[in-house]
Amino acid sequence: MSETQSTYNYKVVRQFAVMTVVWGIVGMLVGVIIAAQLVWPDLNMGFLHFGRLRPLHTNAVIFAFGGSALFATSYYVVQRTCHTRIFSDGLAAFTFWGWQAVIVLAAITLPLGMTQGKEYAELEWPIDILIALVWVAYAVVFFGTIAKRKVSHIYVANWFYGGFILAVALLHIVNSAAIPVSLTKSYSAYAGVQDAMVQWWYGHNAVGFFLTAGFLGMMYYFVPKQAGRPVYSYRLSVVHFWALIFTYMWAGPHHLHYTALPDWTQSVGMLFSLILLAPSWGGMINGVMTLSGAWHKLRDDPILKFLITSLSFYGMSTFEGPMMAIKTVNALSHYTDWTVGHVHSGALGWVAMISIGSIYYLLPRLYGKPEMFSVRLITVHFWVATIGVVLYIASMWIAGVMQGLMWRAVNADGTLTYSFVESVKASYPFWAIRFVGGVLFLSGMLIMAYNMVKTMAGGRTVDDALVLQPAAQHA
Amino acid sequence: MDINDLRAIVTVVSLLTFLGIVWWAYGVKGNKKRFEEAAMLPFIDEEADWAELGLDRHGKRKAS
Repeated sequence: MSETQSTYNYKVVRQFAVMTVVWGIVGMLVGVIIAAQLVWPDLNMGFLHFGRLRPLHTNAVIFAFGGSALFATSYYVVQRTCHTRIFSDGLAAFTFWGWQAVIVLAAITLPLGMTQGKEYAELEWPIDILIALVWVAYAVVFFGTIAKRKVSHIYVANWFYGGFILAVALLHIVNSAAIPVSLTKSYSAYAGVQDAMVQWWYGHNAVGFFLTAGFLGMMYYFVPKQAGRPVYSYRLSVVHFWALIFTYMWAGPHHLHYTALPDWTQSVGMLFSLILLAPSWGGMINGVMTLSGAWHKLRDDPILKFLITSLSFYGMSTFEGPMMAIKTVNALSHYTDWTVGHVHSGALGWVAMISIGSIYYLLPRLYGKPEMFSVRLITVHFWVATIGVVLYIASMWIAGVMQGLMWRAVNADGTLTYSFVESVKASYPFWAIRFVGGVLFLSGMLIMAYNMVKTMAGGRTVDDALVLQPAAQHA
Repeated sequence: MDINDLRAIVTVVSLLTFLGIVWWAYGVKGNKKRFEEAAMLPFIDEEADWAELGLDRHGKRKAS
């Protein structure tokens, strides 16, 4: 042991953990506003209309809320499982402030209509460059920490985080390639159907690597820790990782069924999407079965409730996804609210819930408290959030299938049975239910914010936890 | 050899690599121990767990 005992860098974890909750509230609030705009069109005022606010919502929840959660948990997990302080405090701080700057710039430019027009990659080229810089710094910090680890193995959670960081760098740089014509306007480097394919190669892998692999990293650390037992099958986790890596990259074309994309490409996309069911469920089973023999813990541990329920939603949406990728099913579901329901079953049910569970695990530890200010309020949050998700996805399923059926209905003479606006009119009640679901989910985040502030009050924020020597056989 | 032969070869090699990984994970006896070790990684620093919660090793709140 050295003379001055080294400590873990919890400062950057703390910063990202707190911002996860803050950006969660902001992003979901914008979501609730645009849900309200669909129900009450008069709420579309000036430039703050649905078309401008919708990309703000998606960017805020995916990159600000989800991104902060990934930074916070990955920095914590990589330090704790490598038994070493983070590689560079300076670079880690740069990733925090750089990422916040990206988010603020997004919040300014998107409502002003500055956009590349690519879904989930709307930000204009100067911001894209900043993202790339932050991401390279993130990779250096993360892999630098792994390189100086004090144990021989690299824990599986770090494989998932590492895969997520590398893949997102690749996706972002390729899809954001553009020709700038001014500071705030650029055109894609690709044209026509190639542009569409590059975009959805990016788009689906943003789901696969940003919204899945990274959060599976969370699962592989926080589920075992909270359950107090090692992961159900470590070798299944190894196969799970590589199966995801080998298949996800090919699933993108299912976003372009029945378009100008060559038919064979669509079929390849559909096939790989179907294959994806296997690794997805393998991972879900691995997470859920970690609890086997300790199911009773689920009864009174709301953090575990969040983590395990998130896995149920993960299983549900990764079953639904491959089904929707089948061309004949897609013919009904595409462009309807079914897609919106599917995305939110993944985003609220899986991504948000596993993040919330993990952040509840982290907060007391980051502030030197034995537990959250109120464990009861976590339980309240859990139920409010769960009811919110269920209302959201059930209403979108009904609305989506209804829209799909109305759009394809034809009369005996071959004319359309319904005009488009009739399907809009029929959707109103379901959009209202979706709004209620969104309000509930947002309320849960506000409860979390209150609980967080109370937990932070008077907590330790300076003395970082000591890096302790790993047990002998691992040293 | 045209580029499509190369594409077919890459696909087959990828599949074989993946099957090799499955065999490595499930078939190689020697790996059982290293996987068990790796699976315990989150649990080998309980001291730090107590410390960050502000508790001593008996789970009691530190007097500070």
